[in-house]
Amino acid sequence: MTASASVDPQQTKLLKEFKFDRPLTACHWDPQSRFIFCGAEDFLVHRLDPAGDKRIALAAHESWVRAFGSSIDGQTLYSGGYDGRLIFWPAAADQPQPLHVIEAHRGWIRAIAVSPDGKSVATCGNDLLVKVWDAASGSLVREFPGHASHVYNLIYSSDSSWLFSCDLKGVVNAWSLVADTPRSLVTVAQLHGYDTTFRADIGGARSIAVRSDNGQIALGGITKVSNAFAGVGEIVVALVNPVDGKLERILQSKDKTTGTLWGLAWHPNGFWMGVCGGGGGGWLYFWKGDADDEFFRLKLKNDGRGMSLSADGKHIAVAHADNHLRTYQLR
Amino acid sequence: MQRHRPCGSAEHVHSRRAFFGQTALGSAGLISGLGSVLTGQPAIADQVQSKSRKVLNIFLHGGVSQLETWDPKPNTDTGGPFRPIATSVPGLQICELLPHTAKQMHRLSIVRSLDTKNGDHARGVTEMTTGRGRMPGGDFPHLGAVTARSLMPESFALPGHVLIRSSPGGRNVESEFHSAAYLGPRFASMALYDGNPPKFDDRPGEITDEGDEARNAIRQRASERFTRRRRTAETEAYNFSYTQARELLANRHVFEVSRESASDQERYGTSQFGRHCLLARRLLEHGVPYVQVNHADYDTHHENFDFHIEQLGEFDQPFATLVADLADRGLLADTLICVMSEFGRTPKINKSYGRDHWGTAWSVVLGGATIQPGAVIGSTNANGTAVTDRAVDHGHIFHTILQAVGVDSLGEFEIAGRRFPVADPSRGPISELLT
Repeated sequence: MTASASVDPQQTKLLKEFKFDRPLTACHWDPQSRFIFCGAEDFLVHRLDPAGDKRIALAAHESWVRAFGSSIDGQTLYSGGYDGRLIFWPAAADQPQPLHVIEAHRGWIRAIAVSPDGKSVATCGNDLLVKVWDAASGSLVREFPGHASHVYNLIYSSDSSWLFSCDLKGVVNAWSLVADTPRSLVTVAQLHGYDTTFRADIGGARSIAVRSDNGQIALGGITKVSNAFAGVGEIVVALVNPVDGKLERILQSKDKTTGTLWGLAWHPNGFWMGVCGGGGGGWLYFWKGDADDEFFRLKLKNDGRGMSLSADGKHIAVAHADNHLRTYQLR
Repeated sequence: MQRHRPCGSAEHVHSRRAFFGQTALGSAGLISGLGSVLTGQPAIADQVQSKSRKVLNIFLHGGVSQLETWDPKPNTDTGGPFRPIATSVPGLQICELLPHTAKQMHRLSIVRSLDTKNGDHARGVTEMTTGRGRMPGGDFPHLGAVTARSLMPESFALPGHVLIRSSPGGRNVESEFHSAAYLGPRFASMALYDGNPPKFDDRPGEITDEGDEARNAIRQRASERFTRRRRTAETEAYNFSYTQARELLANRHVFEVSRESASDQERYGTSQFGRHCLLARRLLEHGVPYVQVNHADYDTHHENFDFHIEQLGEFDQPFATLVADLADRGLLADTLICVMSEFGRTPKINKSYGRDHWGTAWSVVLGGATIQPGAVIGSTNANGTAVTDRAVDHGHIFHTILQAVGVDSLGEFEIAGRRFPVADPSRGPISELLT
């Protein structure tokens, strides 16, 4: 992400609202800010321009779409679905047709990451695997087994040499892309709970981001869960040192907001931002990173389920549960 | 020996719990606490076509989603992210979360048209397991009690009504024990926790076999003398309890799932539910007329889809293995299988990817005994929000289960001169599902 002019999160304003037929599940800014891509509770990828003048639905998934990525030049869109498919699309085509349809995972794809050097695309899913694909051809480059529970999220290091993945139980693994030296980085206990009443696990990194100036990894989700099946828990962000796995800080909300942090980003102006949904409603949170509590939060019209920051750092797209995509301007 | 009058109180129930689950039985099973007794004659026993018939009820607590199991609605506004898969019945699809069960569907049938008009857990459990609406001040016997009363041979050495469940501690809106109501505590449930056998305590070592027999003979003589002067239902109940305690001790191996082969234990998997299913098979093979296996929890108001992956991932393979084993071992023709919940889940997906309580249009699975295999009864509309054909409720399911094992559900029990309908007289079986 390029450096942007200074912004003040407290001046964040709702810019536009776009209504869809179904609740949204994810959203993603094109690196050139030409498009926003959305997943919804249908089997489509929705493409719209930020003005909302032209919308196109891309059909090739057989389940909900929950993960996106873009090539560095923005010419290729990568989408991942609960059908386990990784699909490459010509992002800007008038009527995009799939370039590659890859049966990538047995079970859901939960996340996609694109390497900063643009050479590879990584996916993770319910088959407990992390996989690396050639960003141009779609061929499988590496496969990393090792997680013991569903892999919820992943992200590359800034130099593209490592992949970090986090599973349901908060286990963070580091996978070397230049050597065969995978390592277990840390287990973030705050990101997992077992509800003894309902006899089920809950947790995982529902969102992930990397800090561009020092490589720190942020893992967002739900913590202190007292009722898994009602989603009674607090939003949380765990900041992890990617070198030694040290848990450097737990970010939280001052009022212990009930919900799950579904989206995270590092803003080049030097703060973390996240979107949540759940019992406490939808909020945009802003943390400095040197304090546990947020320095500002913005109430949203509805629960957030995904977030994407534009390349210039001036716009935020939020996928909402009330069938709306909303864009916000950072000023 | 302390005598207890039948009272149906919590204390009484506790005594039974202590008897079966916790208390040392002593050398001769001398216990207290089995107060009431079956006082009526088995009026419908002669109508039961086969005494070897049995019922296996798998109860998915919390309310399993019909959309993530038996009635998928892919790519609709309510359908969720999962895809349907083909089954062993041509044209029949179920949710992809049940790949092993899909291969057994030619042995099972789905009733897709339950409208029980209820979204309350406790009420749903009661209604589905008694086949009646709840009535203030009146209890109806559990399906297990009715089954045991109807199918258990007089001299049967084992309990006729067994509940296999997790140990207390988790949420479970169901009582730890199933009431037999007016049928008497002989037919109430015996609970097995975590797949473990009852806690049998051996008699003290200083009491020899001969000594044990001698003291039991004394007890029997005293009992017979008492009975000659004043024969009551209570005395019969106490005699039954002593006899059953001794027989349980003699048959303790029946409850030891660890005796099953290593390969069978591997096939059923390492989960608690897998172990429970293997124990259920073992009990059914030994002729226990009613076995219920509970699996929890499905009350997924939050992240319904993640939790159904987790819970149905535990359910699918052991259940399918159990169905296949019952068929392979020739037991399916005499064993009715039911998979039920207290209700289904809302077609509408909430903001937290959850589904809420829903009794308006949901599904139950039946199979085995005289249930027509591979059938689908009833239907729901395109997005599962309403029943469109053959609406039924808990009463119809109750009748159908009993009829499938040869019990005349339209008949009556005669208890101490009073007549009690076996099932809700305002309902009847789903006759087209019965062969």
